[in-house]
Amino acid sequence: MRFSVNWLKQWVATEATPEELGERLTNAGLEMDELALAAPAFTGVVVAEITACEAHPDADKLKLCQVSAGDDPVQIVCGAPNARVGLKAPLAQVGAELPGGFGIKKAKLRGVDSLGMLCSAKELGLNEDADGLLELPDDAPVGQDIRDYLDLDDHSIELDLTPNRADCLSIRGLARDVSAICDAGYRPPTIDKVAADSDSTFPVSIADTAGCPRYVGRVIEEIDPAAKTPLWMVEALRRSGIRAISPVVDVTNYVLLELGQPLHAFDRDRLEGEIVVRRAAAGETLVLLDEREVELSDRFLAITDRSGVVALAGVMGGLNTGVTEETRNIFLESAYFDPATIIGKARDIGLHTDASHRFERGVDPEGQVMAIERATQLLTAIVGGRPGPVTETVSADTLPQRSPVSLRLARLNRMLGSDLTVDDVSKILESLNMRFERPGSQDSNAVWSVLPPSQRFDIAIEEDLIEEVARIYGYNRLPLRTPEGEIPTPVLPERQVPLRQIQQAMCAAGYQEVVNYSFIDQPDLAGFEAEGEPYALANPLSGDMAIMRTTLLPGLLKSLSYNQRRQHARIRLFETGVVFSATDGAPAETLRLAAVAVGDALPEQWGQAGRPMDFYDLKGDLEALLDLRGGGQQVSFARSDCNWLHPGQSAELRIDGHKAGLLGLLHPRIQKTWGIRGEALVLELDLPPLMDRGLPKAGPVSRFPAIRRDLSLLVPENVPYSEIEQVISISSGDLLSNLVIFDVYSGQIVEKGYKNLSIGLILQDVSSTLKDETVDSVVDRVIAALRGQLNAKLRG
Amino acid sequence: MQSIDAIKEQALSAVADAADLRQLDDLRVQYLGKKGEVTALLKSLGGMDPGERKSAGQEINRGKQAIQQAIADRKQALESAELERKLAAESVDISLPGRRQRRAAVHPITRTMQRMIDIFGHLGFSVADGPEVEDDYFNFEALNFPPHHPARAMHDTFYFPDGRLLRTHTSPVQIRVMQSQQPPIRIIAPGKVYRSDSDQTHTPMFHQVEGLLVAEHVTFADLKGVLQEFVNAFFERELEIRLRPSYFPFTEPSAELDVRWDKGDGSDPGWLEVLGCGMVHPNVLNACRIDSEKYIGYAFGMGIERFAMLRYGVNDLRQFFENDLNFLGQFQ
Repeated sequence: MRFSVNWLKQWVATEATPEELGERLTNAGLEMDELALAAPAFTGVVVAEITACEAHPDADKLKLCQVSAGDDPVQIVCGAPNARVGLKAPLAQVGAELPGGFGIKKAKLRGVDSLGMLCSAKELGLNEDADGLLELPDDAPVGQDIRDYLDLDDHSIELDLTPNRADCLSIRGLARDVSAICDAGYRPPTIDKVAADSDSTFPVSIADTAGCPRYVGRVIEEIDPAAKTPLWMVEALRRSGIRAISPVVDVTNYVLLELGQPLHAFDRDRLEGEIVVRRAAAGETLVLLDEREVELSDRFLAITDRSGVVALAGVMGGLNTGVTEETRNIFLESAYFDPATIIGKARDIGLHTDASHRFERGVDPEGQVMAIERATQLLTAIVGGRPGPVTETVSADTLPQRSPVSLRLARLNRMLGSDLTVDDVSKILESLNMRFERPGSQDSNAVWSVLPPSQRFDIAIEEDLIEEVARIYGYNRLPLRTPEGEIPTPVLPERQVPLRQIQQAMCAAGYQEVVNYSFIDQPDLAGFEAEGEPYALANPLSGDMAIMRTTLLPGLLKSLSYNQRRQHARIRLFETGVVFSATDGAPAETLRLAAVAVGDALPEQWGQAGRPMDFYDLKGDLEALLDLRGGGQQVSFARSDCNWLHPGQSAELRIDGHKAGLLGLLHPRIQKTWGIRGEALVLELDLPPLMDRGLPKAGPVSRFPAIRRDLSLLVPENVPYSEIEQVISISSGDLLSNLVIFDVYSGQIVEKGYKNLSIGLILQDVSSTLKDETVDSVVDRVIAALRGQLNAKLRG
Repeated sequence: MQSIDAIKEQALSAVADAADLRQLDDLRVQYLGKKGEVTALLKSLGGMDPGERKSAGQEINRGKQAIQQAIADRKQALESAELERKLAAESVDISLPGRRQRRAAVHPITRTMQRMIDIFGHLGFSVADGPEVEDDYFNFEALNFPPHHPARAMHDTFYFPDGRLLRTHTSPVQIRVMQSQQPPIRIIAPGKVYRSDSDQTHTPMFHQVEGLLVAEHVTFADLKGVLQEFVNAFFERELEIRLRPSYFPFTEPSAELDVRWDKGDGSDPGWLEVLGCGMVHPNVLNACRIDSEKYIGYAFGMGIERFAMLRYGVNDLRQFFENDLNFLGQFQ
């Protein structure tokens, strides 16, 4: 909502400056978005009259004018096509300064003296598109400063209104609120009924009384098609962000701004039969005023005549029955449409109009007659004509019914934490034009029964009134209470690894956290097999953000390649977030962690030889994460058959036997698709099983020395370490307290088909110092088991 | 045979001149060894007159002790000199950087979110969460957004063909919590939210923290108090706040909270909108079968990016989602 401050001040007696007014409106919930001057600064421009006008002797397009600003006429050279004798126009006198600091000096144009400049609206900063001199009315007082004459020392305020405050979409409603906010007098101009000057009416009937509870109409005949909209109205509209078009349209817009009631003017002679307000039939069409043809259905409320739909109720009129330059007789519509019926309809056909904006939010159900009277008053003054009687078609039972809302002082103070009195509240309610009986009780039992004014239909329950009282009293005057009192017991589930601990562990391992959008492009998923179906948006912002990610990897790979292109050689990234999949139609969300790394295992440094990161570095980073879980469910790794990882260097993480993630070297095919330089290691894990941990459980701690025995084993090459570990741990029994593998070698000196593993067994007893024989027998048992089960042998 | 005094004189002088431990040991053998000069003197005591023996013996022993002490002192001096030489040789350039992995950082949004969780944690709020794919009921209807209400137009919503949607705010978590537990309720819900909007100041995905407190004795004054405490704690300074009436379908009264913000560029501090809040609308409590006469609630919601931008001086919202390491690396 954009409005002129001076227009508002015609309705409410406030002395506030535009800045103060904006601040108060903002603090009362009517947020000011912009405060603008009605006109840019300029000086020295007065109302002047052209008293003589002849052709320039040496220029075809220039005219020589004698212009009077009250004193002796001065000579002005002017190029405007509409310069003519008798015209009143703004004159920038010598010494004037126009917008932008443009100074007016005495000049010679094609050899002729020019003592000033006649101005267009554009030159005064009033209208960017105007050309030709700004034509002032014949009664404009010659010599008066144009700023005074046009009331240009005004401001426009743009409000960003919340959808509940439809009442403030008019000067009238705004003035009502400002009178409460600023404690200023409300002084609406008198809107007299205009007596009928003819008997002409146009028949109206309402078929959909729920959609249209009230329809007020009036015929005005014999208007003057040559009339012009007065400059004051053009200016009022301009300062409200609306462009003047033609007198009839301008008046309907003026009334819309002033009273909040959208009006529509039909060319009465183009209407046939009678107006029927009904639902459109499927397939009916209408060419709108903006010349677009729309196809309707029974969801739309339509204004129709015998020929069909003539207007889309609450949105826009039709082209065929609209007012044109030839129109002599008009039929004015001022209706109350049900907001729920109008809502969304403009949007459905790609429109948003001043009318639909108001009808959707709701207009004053009692305001239709006043609006048509105001329009008649303005129209007869501007275009003349003979108004017929006002006709009103109304169905009382579908008009919104207002019932009183009760307000309890105790409830109000309990909710606000305040100490307001019966007087405080009554005064505020009164300032808002609420109707109520003063409560009988003066104490906390006080209850008001409040009937809000008809335009405040947003007030329906007690809390709405509490907000009104708080709003006018001032949110910032209400008390503030610093938190105190009982502190609730914190919730700290120890059986769950906190997400931030996982994130910190990744950071410690050198992985930078990134955050990518949850939606990705369908082709991004190519090559990644997903569980379940991808879940696609119906209205994506763009094709590359069309489906919900089923894996975090595309985002990470994108971030990786983005940073590679910015000269980073060693990159480690991770992300946590949910992935989505549709299983049997229902979307499932799983919290995941994914990471990607390229480059060396360690940052380049002097103290450590550079070495490319490999599978075991990544696995080590994962194992460090798994350490956060302490004991708990069994963790194992199995070879993975995942098709986007290197078949020989990839693994599946299993927790308690269930797949919990994948890690490995990115498959060269995927690496190439994403344009990634160098080998990339990736992992992606489901976080819930990883975060699930047990409580630590204390057991006996041995006070006896541990004994270490190292074995150098030759093991067939295809036997994985995990099997060796398992055989050792089973065969060694309870005494094995730790097992380390400290060398793996499969080079030349090893027997063909074998690899050499060096393993340390650390044995310890809880209840005694181990004897050599005991240790020997354990080691013998282990060697025997390895030989028997895995064909391993001791290296000679 | 030399007198003990003469021997002592020679010995002390030799010990003082000993250049290393080996020479010193040779001297020990020369004077105090089995065949050493002092030992020889002691042995000679046997042939002495018993009357003289005692005093002579005492004299020799004093000499011997002096030599022993001198050797011990010299040994310590030589050893510590040796150690110092060794240590000096082992000196390294301590200005060289250490051997290590390079630590990275969490994303500034995560950092900010954790800070908010910590502050509200101290104020007694625990963390609740909910799904990002929601349905109309949780995202709108239960929050008192009637179908087609203009308030919905303020939320440019991403829909799925099945009618579900991406949550446009973290407020649905309010409903999920209130439907699963009775008051007192004191939660915050941080998370991702989505709106179909993308320009310089909007990204289609962003992050919010929702707060909800429902109890018997809760007032608008408590809401103001908790938010004042929060902004002070978050920015680690006393900030002036103001509340402006606003409109959210799920709160009544509703407010926007502004802080008086000094841009630090010399301009006058202006009001900056940072979050929305209000008292929980009775329709919302009733939809969750919470008695709105008995219980009162307040709720608030804030954009995490907004706070991160103010706190760390980030000027362009979109930088959060570009994942440029040069940007992210600043949040160590």
